[in-house]
Amino acid sequence: MENRLRVLRAERAWSQQDLAERLEVSRQSVNAIETGKYDPSLPLAFRIAELFERPIEEIFVSPSRRSSKAI
Amino acid sequence: MNRSPAIKRYNQRVIWLSLLYVVVLIAAVYGFNRQLVGGPLAYIAAVLPAVPIIGIFAAMGRYLVEEQDEYVRMLTVRQSLWATGLALSVATIWGFLESFELVGHIDSYYVAIVWFGGLGLGAIINRLTLGAQVRC
Repeated sequence: MENRLRVLRAERAWSQQDLAERLEVSRQSVNAIETGKYDPSLPLAFRIAELFERPIEEIFVSPSRRSSKAI
Repeated sequence: MNRSPAIKRYNQRVIWLSLLYVVVLIAAVYGFNRQLVGGPLAYIAAVLPAVPIIGIFAAMGRYLVEEQDEYVRMLTVRQSLWATGLALSVATIWGFLESFELVGHIDSYYVAIVWFGGLGLGAIINRLTLGAQVRC
């Protein structure tokens, strides 16, 4: 799933490891989410949203909205 | 990669169970070779080496329950599914080959060895498809 995690992380000058420690997950999890290889569960997506103090939809791009834009 | 506490516990359990397996297997082989066991006790002695192996399967299940990192857990589940698919496929193919008398008999506990090998295959596939590193 497309997301703005890398941008939000860069704004705070956090490394992937920094973000991983804040989310209590592994660095490879952060990398997999950032690169769209893994879609986080709802609880983890909420943790990410709360950490960045943004609504989930400002961080993760809805796949259905993305495809409707393409149409 | 930092290892999670769940992985450390899993590794510890597997090491202890592997040591237990070696001890029990040596004892069972010794007992049968010296004809020290017989009757119902023979069945118990024959099954005992399987117990630590079953324990390793249980340790994997326990690890999946204890792992807090959902992505790492997903990778391990994928690994296990590849291992299970490989082991069942090999066992099925070998069973037919054996039924048609094209190959000799192999003891069924080798399925467990194929399953452990399948974990390695799963790790390689995770690496190739997701670029992910996982242990096992």
